[in-house]
Amino acid sequence: MKANCWYGKTTVQVEDVPDPQILNQRDAIVKISSTAICGSDLHLYNGFIPTMQRGDILGHEFMGEVVEVGREVRNLKIGDRVVVPFPIACGKCFFCKEQMFSLCENSNPNAWMAEKMFGHAASGIFGYSHLTGGFAGGQAEYARVPFADVGPIKVPDHLTDEQVLFLSDIFPTGYMGAEMCDIKPGDTIAIWGCGPVGQFSIRSAFLLGAERVIAIDEVPERLKMAEDGGAETINYREESVYEKLMDMTGGRGPDACIDDVGMEAHAPAMVEIYDRVKQAMMLETDRPHALREAIMCCRNGGVISIIGVYGGLIDKFPIGSLMQRSLTIRTGQAHVQRYMRPLLQRIENGEIDPSFVVTHTMSLDDAPHAYDIFKKKEDNCIKVVLKPDWNGNGLVH
Amino acid sequence: MSTNQQTGTFDPGESSSTNDRGLQSSRSYDANYSVVGARPGLPSSSAKRLAKGLGWFSVGLGLAELLAPRAIANISGVSNKHTGLIRLYGLRELASGIAIFSQKKPTEAVWARVAGDALDLVSLGVACTAPEAKRGRITFATANVAAVTVLDVICAMQLSNGNHGIHASASCVVNRPLEEVYNFWRDFQNLPRFMRHLESVENIGEGRSRWKAKGPAGIDVEWEAMIVADVPGEVITWRSLENSDVDNAGAVRFEQAPGGRGTIVKVNFEYQPIAGVLGATVARLFGEEPNQQLDDDLRRFKQVLEVGEVVVSDATLLGTGYMAQRPARPAASSELEGAEMLPSETATNYRSEERRAERGTMEL
Repeated sequence: MKANCWYGKTTVQVEDVPDPQILNQRDAIVKISSTAICGSDLHLYNGFIPTMQRGDILGHEFMGEVVEVGREVRNLKIGDRVVVPFPIACGKCFFCKEQMFSLCENSNPNAWMAEKMFGHAASGIFGYSHLTGGFAGGQAEYARVPFADVGPIKVPDHLTDEQVLFLSDIFPTGYMGAEMCDIKPGDTIAIWGCGPVGQFSIRSAFLLGAERVIAIDEVPERLKMAEDGGAETINYREESVYEKLMDMTGGRGPDACIDDVGMEAHAPAMVEIYDRVKQAMMLETDRPHALREAIMCCRNGGVISIIGVYGGLIDKFPIGSLMQRSLTIRTGQAHVQRYMRPLLQRIENGEIDPSFVVTHTMSLDDAPHAYDIFKKKEDNCIKVVLKPDWNGNGLVH
Repeated sequence: MSTNQQTGTFDPGESSSTNDRGLQSSRSYDANYSVVGARPGLPSSSAKRLAKGLGWFSVGLGLAELLAPRAIANISGVSNKHTGLIRLYGLRELASGIAIFSQKKPTEAVWARVAGDALDLVSLGVACTAPEAKRGRITFATANVAAVTVLDVICAMQLSNGNHGIHASASCVVNRPLEEVYNFWRDFQNLPRFMRHLESVENIGEGRSRWKAKGPAGIDVEWEAMIVADVPGEVITWRSLENSDVDNAGAVRFEQAPGGRGTIVKVNFEYQPIAGVLGATVARLFGEEPNQQLDDDLRRFKQVLEVGEVVVSDATLLGTGYMAQRPARPAASSELEGAEMLPSETATNYRSEERRAERGTMEL
């Protein structure tokens, strides 16, 4: 089969690899109809996630048709159309029983690597380095899906791939980012980052009852998409985020702040140069500008929701501000399995149509080009969907 | 799940091990299996056999030196004037021989032999300068003493290493009832399902079992083990019998996790590494760190109990170690045919060719 494989910093190539097979009794093999490139794939692409190996298949947002099931998979049958959540979860361990699926204790065979880095291991993830298990990803024609009796959700035929594909990651992730804010009626939520996850956080914050959402980014088309979702926007290249937010909230600050950016934040020149130098010298692994700013801006007693991906260590963390002002930090990889059904229900009810975020649809063969324009934010690229059997002329808007 | 040093001690083995006289006498292994550091450790049985041989050699040479010092002087080519000194050395040999037989673990006695060897070598060197010396014979005697010295040093080092047998400990929480977790472990034949290095464990009756494992560099090793103590639902301890390829002992404890959150399993394991400490160091370089291995074994134990089998990813089809990682992409069937470390169920399951042919969707 064809698959998009990682070959080092900013190098991916589509090549022929063996087809996946059932390895465990609760596996299924899915023939992929649509797969997407996630912002967090760019952390791999840019070489910021350790334990990648040349030839690893990327991709953790995918859906398709079940073509094979292991002996113990009883809830799926061949031909079912399913969306696959990015965290791999067994459904039996303590954390799965607690609905904290991205912390599954049994799905990461390389847990020892994660333990060395993080103290404890989280769940396995498709196509996301060896420290999350070393599972082949979904930017391919087929994927092996472990614990297929727990993760994949069947989706109705009347919904298009683009409407349901993002249940695999960015919709639940953006939603959990908003949910962690404990939104109460009248709340103002500030959101750093208007990438795909940020876009879903904006819409989810409104779904959860926020009065105002203020979105922060620099890319015009992303700010435009945020405004389309009902948010007020701040372009951090043009004005001081802190001053603007204080101005907009009467000096009190937003009730909760969501970091939808993560480890590769861009910032006004001096701060970004500082973090880039430290990152390059391995003195910190992540550039936490958005997180620092979110903490400083948040109102007293507010919540900082970190849903953007961090992978290592940061520097100049304003712990004093956090402690003195009774802030709460909530964070985690999305427990996608917990949100898939309720969010599918919202899609079916017409409360949200996730396909708004798609700017490009391409053939799987074009994955290297897709990564390139997504990284450089060229051609107004916000979200790319790859299709193994795409016959179009490459770009559709 | 994490490895950690246990700070508590327990004494699971005392009552039952007293029934085991024959074994007890031949080993330094103390039935009061202390979990802390597991001193005094387990000297390898080969070192102890060697020590015994050296003990008999000491007694024999000592008697000869004591009773026939002239013959000894003649054989070794030294002057007949030194018979008094030779008798004294004979007493020393006898003393170290007796010391070897009187100690359970004759580490000090064998080291005393090494010191004696040094004295012998110095004496022979001095004797060589005497006018009556027969240099050919002295050289021959020196070579013999040097050869014995090498044996003594090896033996003493092995016995000393016995004080530092490799000790590993790890624990995990299994989300299953205590009774089920205990029963699964108590059936030792289940152990190879999650212990990567074990090939098989076979019950041979009377609490004994025969274990086969892959050692470093793929060496096959075998031993028989017996259960030292078995308190249902609480603790199982076992240790290897004499003439094992790898002397080892282990204890697993089971505790109810608070709040009905499953069962806490704590394992302590100690063994004499094949090829001694040097071998263990080399193995470490290749990622075979004992605590890590035990930790990974326990992780698989938890997987087998909670989800029914060992979970594999594309990268870990050949093992979870750093060296065993393959790229995160499907393996060709041919790549896996020779793989020895696949979990058995995966290996038997890794044949979906027919089903794939049936589905007929692969020609894309």
